[in-house]
Amino acid sequence: MIVWMDQFFVLLRNWLVGFLPVSLQGFAGVLLSVVTIVLLFPALFALAVWLERKGLGRMQNRLGPNRVGPFGLLQPIADGIKSLTKEDIVPLSADAPVHFLAPVVLVVAVFMGFAVLPMGRNMVLVDMDAGLLFYFAMGASTELAVFMAGWSSRNKYSLLGAMRAVAQMISYEVVLLLSSVAVVMISGSLSLTKIVEAQNHYTWGLPHWYIFTPWGLAGFIMYAIAATAETNRSPFDLPEGESELVAGYHTEYSGFKFALFFLGEYLAMFSISGLGSTLFLGGWSAPFSFLTWVPSWIWFFSKLMLSVFVFIWMRGTLPRLRQDQLMNFAWKFVLPFTLLNLMVTALWRFMGEGWERWVVCSAILVVVYVVMARVSLYKEHIRPRRYRYAD
Amino acid sequence: MSPVFYLISAMTVAGGLAAVLLKNTVHCALALTVAFAGLALLFLQLDAQFAGFAQILVYIGAVAILVVFAILLTRGSETPKDGVYSRNWPIGLVIAAAVFSVLGWAVLQSARVLPNETAVPKVTVLDIGNALVGRYVLPLEIVALLLTAATIGAVIVALHEKEGAK
Repeated sequence: MIVWMDQFFVLLRNWLVGFLPVSLQGFAGVLLSVVTIVLLFPALFALAVWLERKGLGRMQNRLGPNRVGPFGLLQPIADGIKSLTKEDIVPLSADAPVHFLAPVVLVVAVFMGFAVLPMGRNMVLVDMDAGLLFYFAMGASTELAVFMAGWSSRNKYSLLGAMRAVAQMISYEVVLLLSSVAVVMISGSLSLTKIVEAQNHYTWGLPHWYIFTPWGLAGFIMYAIAATAETNRSPFDLPEGESELVAGYHTEYSGFKFALFFLGEYLAMFSISGLGSTLFLGGWSAPFSFLTWVPSWIWFFSKLMLSVFVFIWMRGTLPRLRQDQLMNFAWKFVLPFTLLNLMVTALWRFMGEGWERWVVCSAILVVVYVVMARVSLYKEHIRPRRYRYAD
Repeated sequence: MSPVFYLISAMTVAGGLAAVLLKNTVHCALALTVAFAGLALLFLQLDAQFAGFAQILVYIGAVAILVVFAILLTRGSETPKDGVYSRNWPIGLVIAAAVFSVLGWAVLQSARVLPNETAVPKVTVLDIGNALVGRYVLPLEIVALLLTAATIGAVIVALHEKEGAK
């Protein structure tokens, strides 16, 4: 029964495919998986939009959507229909072919990333030898789509937004890659299924997730920062800063093309959360050994939705960074610390089992973090403020 | 030579030709990206996963963006209506043809030089990694040093000049 629940979707697919002749079965199996991914994640997108609007509303002491359906749950459907029926306006001076292609390229590249994410035991579309590399190759292609959108609109806000977005994405992509390299160094594989399996062990009922090691925790924090910047989410949402740039690179998009950009942004958030939980949070493995009877896909999607909630929470909490703060933070703090983390990871790998490596690696990371933070605060002339008017 | 190979090659060649013949510079850069993508697909079709993905990551993710940035950040990005064509394009054509013929000659000769390589070699990403940090570690380190030097040089060029240091 436990195995049946765990493998429910795999068995369902195999049962459905079984009705076809043998020569078509392989193709039909892949097609079925692709259709499932293409339908499931937009459905999750609708749910996440509702969650974001409702959650942000609560954080800002208002109600959020509450008119369409119970608790406003049908709001995403209403929004979808609205964007489908809206007029599609293309500016007269816009570069029509590129303007049309940009949202398509973005959504296609983002969808490709889901192909290598293991969403449960045996639930991965393509179990590639170089899965992580494939994921980052697809992630890098979205930058070009953002540029295409901004440039082809022939609008200064669009172009500025696109330049900001591309500069930010390039800067933080380096961090994203390097923080993932630490995981590859320990697990010894670029295949995401193997990385999950390497974490799927338990000691005293606790899992061997990489986040529970000094280098893993540091790497995860750096990954989370870079992931937030990659998806242009608050507090790194300068490319879409509405007080400065109207809407950034998708200012000149309306109707369903705008909806595609919206979809692309959320799908990127899902896929980067999925990759983060695969790399550091054990993917589909259970958080305690006595909970392994719960189906693996439930754990994967719980971790994904938890990350999405953290994204929403940060948006409701943190103020937006300034452009120079953003770049200085990436190149002067996050990147050097990630490089140090790589060396600590190598040390951890070669110190062998034992308690010494826990002490040494944690000490190096904590000391360097404190020193770097103090030095940069000192350079920025940030001191404790004293307000004198109430004395 | 499967139909897939011909489709991908047609796409790559079309992208390359468009990169040369289109009038708008940004369109040329985007067409060049199509050619890069076609090359990556060719690598993947030959079962060279690492080369294919590295091609996408480096060329589409970084080089194309760099080209586009260079076009937009330099002056005169507004191209004239009739495009930009160099007057001495026949010389360029001759050089390109020479490079192509040398490469083609080398590829055709490889069948004679290495007669025993009949089976398709099975090279995994793991093998490439082991070779890079094992047998080819010295070239790798030299390239790393060169790139570090280039990065530091770029930073020094971009540094603000100090007051009164002129």
